[in-house]
Amino acid sequence: MSSPQTILLDHGSGGLASQQLISSLFLKYLDHPVLAALEDSAVIPNGPGRLALTTDSYVVDPLFFPGGDIGSLAVHGTINDLAMRGARPLGLTLGLILEEGLEMAVLERVIASVARATRESGVPILTGDTKVVPRGKADKLFINTSGVGLVADEIELSSRLARPGDRIILSGTMGDHGLTIMACRAGLALGGCLRSDSMALHRMVAALLAGLKTGSVHVLRDPTRGGVATVLGEIGAAAGCSVEIDESALPLRPEVRGGCELLGLDPLYLANEGKLLAVVAPEVADAALELLRAQEGGGESAIIGTMGHGRAAQVTMRTMIGGTRIITPLHGEPLPRIC
Amino acid sequence: MKYVDEFRDQALARDLAAALDRTMTRPRRIMEVCGTHTMAVFRTGLRSLLPEGLELVSGPGCPVCVTSAAHVDAFLSLAGRPGVILATFGDLVRVPGSDGTSLAHARSQGARIEVVYSPMDGLALARSHPAQTVVFLGVGFETTTPGVAATVRLAQEEGLNNFFVFVTQKLMPPPLMALFGDPAQTIDGLLCPGHVSAIIGSDAYRPLVDRYHLPCVVGGFEPVDILQALLLLVRQFEEGRAEVENAYTRVVSRAGNCQAQALVAEVFEPVDMEWRGLGVIPGSGLQLRTPYRAHDAQEALAVEVPLAEEVRGCLCGRILQGRARPPACPLFGLRCTPATPIGPCMVSSEGTCAAYYNYSPSALNRAI
Repeated sequence: MSSPQTILLDHGSGGLASQQLISSLFLKYLDHPVLAALEDSAVIPNGPGRLALTTDSYVVDPLFFPGGDIGSLAVHGTINDLAMRGARPLGLTLGLILEEGLEMAVLERVIASVARATRESGVPILTGDTKVVPRGKADKLFINTSGVGLVADEIELSSRLARPGDRIILSGTMGDHGLTIMACRAGLALGGCLRSDSMALHRMVAALLAGLKTGSVHVLRDPTRGGVATVLGEIGAAAGCSVEIDESALPLRPEVRGGCELLGLDPLYLANEGKLLAVVAPEVADAALELLRAQEGGGESAIIGTMGHGRAAQVTMRTMIGGTRIITPLHGEPLPRIC
Repeated sequence: MKYVDEFRDQALARDLAAALDRTMTRPRRIMEVCGTHTMAVFRTGLRSLLPEGLELVSGPGCPVCVTSAAHVDAFLSLAGRPGVILATFGDLVRVPGSDGTSLAHARSQGARIEVVYSPMDGLALARSHPAQTVVFLGVGFETTTPGVAATVRLAQEEGLNNFFVFVTQKLMPPPLMALFGDPAQTIDGLLCPGHVSAIIGSDAYRPLVDRYHLPCVVGGFEPVDILQALLLLVRQFEEGRAEVENAYTRVVSRAGNCQAQALVAEVFEPVDMEWRGLGVIPGSGLQLRTPYRAHDAQEALAVEVPLAEEVRGCLCGRILQGRARPPACPLFGLRCTPATPIGPCMVSSEGTCAAYYNYSPSALNRAI
């Protein structure tokens, strides 16, 4: 029997077709022994430290975009959520919701990308699940990944721990992912060099934490949806501090800047999928910057601001021309302007 | 980035701000007509550099903000019809109609609403969906109207009889004439919209100078452009002159874009138009001329524009006339925020209320 070219409801039935999908596609790409055992749950060896647990669902449209796809994003995003608490990721779950009629080739391309991302990051898929819903009840393909990791006892990272005087470091350029997706959706050709920055950050985090005195890194956050602006506000709110940033210090690719100028978007609010914000004690700021710049994907790291004594959660920016402006959290989806 | 960085130069901005300070001898009020100016002023933190006595007042130049609740209600009624795809610029999606619902609500109820970046994208939708009725929501000023005109002409040439435009196109000079015809007006001068002027030319403001002795300066949108325009205005005030001056010569000429003007004149004719907060202003809008009327959504699809009341307590109307500032509104920052906009000035990122809310710490602190 030749395998069908599209996803059928049968593939989610739990019967023969499901088994065939698992063996011919999932295990072909994702071959970790714990997953291959096909048990009801993954049992993994524990170590010293505390468990970190996170989950995220991925519904990005389009499924494939320059610099990544829904598969790699689902791996990177969840690894990054673990890494932001200082956890060493142990493994991920992979939950798929497929729309009936999805081309098998599309699914295969996504799973191959999941496999590549797990291989490159060294974080395996340990267990998974697939459901198929009738055509029109989902948009092609949704993914949920949960991640589990271990946090060493001496590591304590939390937005609450930011203190006035702390320096804020951004690990590279803003808005690459968000603008890439918007440009894809709108069919805009913005110079052609726009790429999502999607990447796993756990190695960058490990290097940062290993290179600095314990306790000198206070906060790590990945500025995904809502962008740098929204996350800075959240850190300020949790810590009871104000946040002051400097526009001229913000790393920005020329093509992202140009695209934002054209569409009336503010890169501070655009999503990033391979960047982190680190809030560190002032005395280690330069060393932290050095460490981040030495990491893959961290070459354009910059100190962008300082935590302050002002009104809690208020983010102000010193603008390019030397004025000041308040940065509020994102309201609704970023919409392009008329003119 | 060329043509951007040199107009955001900190030293130049400082020098211009200092020159403004030196030149001014008493407090002045300047209206920036265009929503993009309002936003640029806040976004660049320019207000914090201006001399104490120089007040910027936002005018009726945000296209979404001046779209009447009645028009939004008509858009919503169209959105509810089967087989209709609405193509719209992004800002309009969240604008509430008279009952508080917006196109975003309609979309969640199953209406097909596509955010487009150009009216031509609407035409592409019509081509790829021949069995559907595609309506482009024509909201905007002279800046976007030539694009709409070109689109309608192309639809006509291609015989695309499933493509329509809901025309609410507006003209900038008539409301300005109406505003400054009011003897109670306290604005000293006008920062004229750069992009509208690129089409209509700086001479379009001559009647304001001739009839009301109103200083007018056309300005660009970068902070240095704006500061230079403000300085030219303040010099006119201090020297008792009233002229049209152009501080955006790299884009704007005296006569404007004659080709675009001819295209608009071929496709559109003036009509009385309702503006949110300003009421009906004679000859301030456009409608399709008879040969193009087959693409007019209101006529061809028999859309009623209902009578709609504006929200009680909302000061958008007075704000658009430069008679009130957002913090004076009882809804501002409390019931009306960018996440829960009540008036149109909060919906559009160009709207005065949104600009105040998003970029001005002091205004927000007062409201809260």
